[in-house]
Amino acid sequence: MEKILVGLKRVVDYNVRVRVKSDGSGVETDGVKMSINPFDEIALEEALRMKERGDASEVIVVSIGATEAQQQLRTGLAMGADRAILIESSGELDPLRVARIFKALVDREDADLVLLGKQAIDDDNNQMGQMLAAIWGRPQATFASRIELNGNTARVTREVDAGLETNEIDLPGVITVDLRLNEPRYVKLPDIMKAKKKPMDVIPLAELDVEGGPAIRELTYEAPATRERGIMVDDVAGLVAALKDRGLI
Amino acid sequence: MSKILVIAEHDGVMLNPSTAKTVSCASKIDGAEIDVVVFASSAKEIAGQAAALQSVTRVLTVERQENEHAVAAVLAPQIVVLCEGYSHVFGPSTTFGRDLMPQVAALLGVNQISDIMSVLSSHSFKRPVYAGNAILTVEAPVDQIVVATVRTASYAASGTGNSAPVSTTNVDAELPTHTRFVDLQSGATDRPDLQTANKVVSGGRALGSSENFEIIYKLADKLGAGVGASRAAVDAGYVPNEMQVGQTGKIIAPDLYIAIGISGAIQHLTGIKDAGTIVAINKDEEAPIFEVADIGLAGDLFSIVPELTDAL
Ligand SMILES: Cc1cc2nc3c(=O)[nH]c(=O)nc-3n(C[C@H](O)[C@H](O)[C@H](O)COP(=O)(O)OP(=O)(O)OC[C@H]3O[C@@H](n4cnc5c(N)ncnc54)[C@H](O)[C@@H]3O)c2cc1C
Repeated sequence: MEKILVGLKRVVDYNVRVRVKSDGSGVETDGVKMSINPFDEIALEEALRMKERGDASEVIVVSIGATEAQQQLRTGLAMGADRAILIESSGELDPLRVARIFKALVDREDADLVLLGKQAIDDDNNQMGQMLAAIWGRPQATFASRIELNGNTARVTREVDAGLETNEIDLPGVITVDLRLNEPRYVKLPDIMKAKKKPMDVIPLAELDVEGGPAIRELTYEAPATRERGIMVDDVAGLVAALKDRGLI
Repeated sequence: MSKILVIAEHDGVMLNPSTAKTVSCASKIDGAEIDVVVFASSAKEIAGQAAALQSVTRVLTVERQENEHAVAAVLAPQIVVLCEGYSHVFGPSTTFGRDLMPQVAALLGVNQISDIMSVLSSHSFKRPVYAGNAILTVEAPVDQIVVATVRTASYAASGTGNSAPVSTTNVDAELPTHTRFVDLQSGATDRPDLQTANKVVSGGRALGSSENFEIIYKLADKLGAGVGASRAAVDAGYVPNEMQVGQTGKIIAPDLYIAIGISGAIQHLTGIKDAGTIVAINKDEEAPIFEVADIGLAGDLFSIVPELTDAL
């Protein structure tokens, strides 16, 4: 396999307690720690392992979004990706548009495999990989917890509600990854230095001429209904009594 | 008027309860006419179950050998043909629907609304984002088809007793062979299904091993409850992946949820927000799970759980 494209989305770090802005226009991002979407990091780790095993010759990390996403791409390069592409855009991007941008990059790079996180932890959409596979007309295997490459096919174990489903797909194709696929490596300081010299292509979105889907308008963000802290009981007898009180046992 | 096509989820024999919940969400749209479509190699029995659901106008079946297993790339082109004339296409936000529906949206050239938790109007909905830490109101353009998945934990299953007409349809669509189902390994149990159980008992990292997890099963069996787990317990191999509750596992809404040796990380809490009563058993009085628990008991689970099981 020649090339693997890996998507890296810049998102609010998963440890941050997200708060809705008081005017309902979005969530607070000022001064908030930003990171690579954790699922995407796992996708990159898997691509790097494929390359290290000799199953692929080049790993390209791609991000679509603001200039600041270069930070996440640099981290991807430090982890071991060969080069990076930022499709720069300051505006809102709908999932269908992002999928179409990936399709344009797949054509441009003649990619054999696209590895993506199964969802981004900001909008929790879980759509883009599936959309890419559909418009590309190539197979998808979503929620992967194990990937076995066999030449022109891949055997993918998927975490589904009923258990573990195995699919075989022809390549090229799209695989979206779940948390248990691997544990991403830590970046070491010398790698960060080396990453500075690796190529990063910054392409303005306008250059690609990719249309978005009809936008789904975001009207307002609000804080979720919160649960109140309840009572503490002292022992099992207290717990049983409280459960009986509520008619639960 | 809204004409809604609901994609049935099933395992070849039984209709998945997610379908009744998706129908229930669709019925919240004023004056909706709801059709359910069953793709299967043999659809008769499943179609019968779908036809019994309240609010369903018609059941369509598409029987083809290729539809024996739910492969998104095979189903999506058929749905695209079939949904002509419909204003909405809904699927459940289970792994089945999440895998499939974005393909349908992309082929139709529209964006998808994921995880509808509340219907405001035919084109306006609420959905959770940021692991449920924010609720977003969205509006889809009125001049195009709405493709969406439904957060099943937000809806009670549509009742039964209906007998909607069932008709067989042929769909003329070219189907790919590039994606092949190999097998499904499922730790089928006799316990109540995690996603629909009225009571759920979950264990976390604190259990320490799959042998120790036995005390969770014993308590669950005494209560007639389903069994869940935190991601940490699944990652450590104490239990299989289908038991994970949370942002990236199952989103559930039982009447009673008992969290045992689970700290209460946001990603876990996302999965249980809609539970009726949350009980937490944890040795750390400061554990975040106590901030959302209706009933808390601080102490060592290894003595509390067997004692509780005996006391029931
Ligand atoms: C992108 C992403 C997605 C995630 N998705 C999910 C998800 O879907 N579901 C999920 O659960 N997690 C998810 N997580 C992981 C989550 O952040 C937590 O790491 C995980 O929930 C912790 O599991 P735990 O509570 O079992 O373990 P811990 O946090 O280690 O908690 C163990 C608890 O057990 C208590 N304890 C220890 N010994 C005893 C004892 N003898 N008696 C009583 N109590 C005891 C401790 O006080 C502690 O509170 C996700 C994380 C990320 C980054």
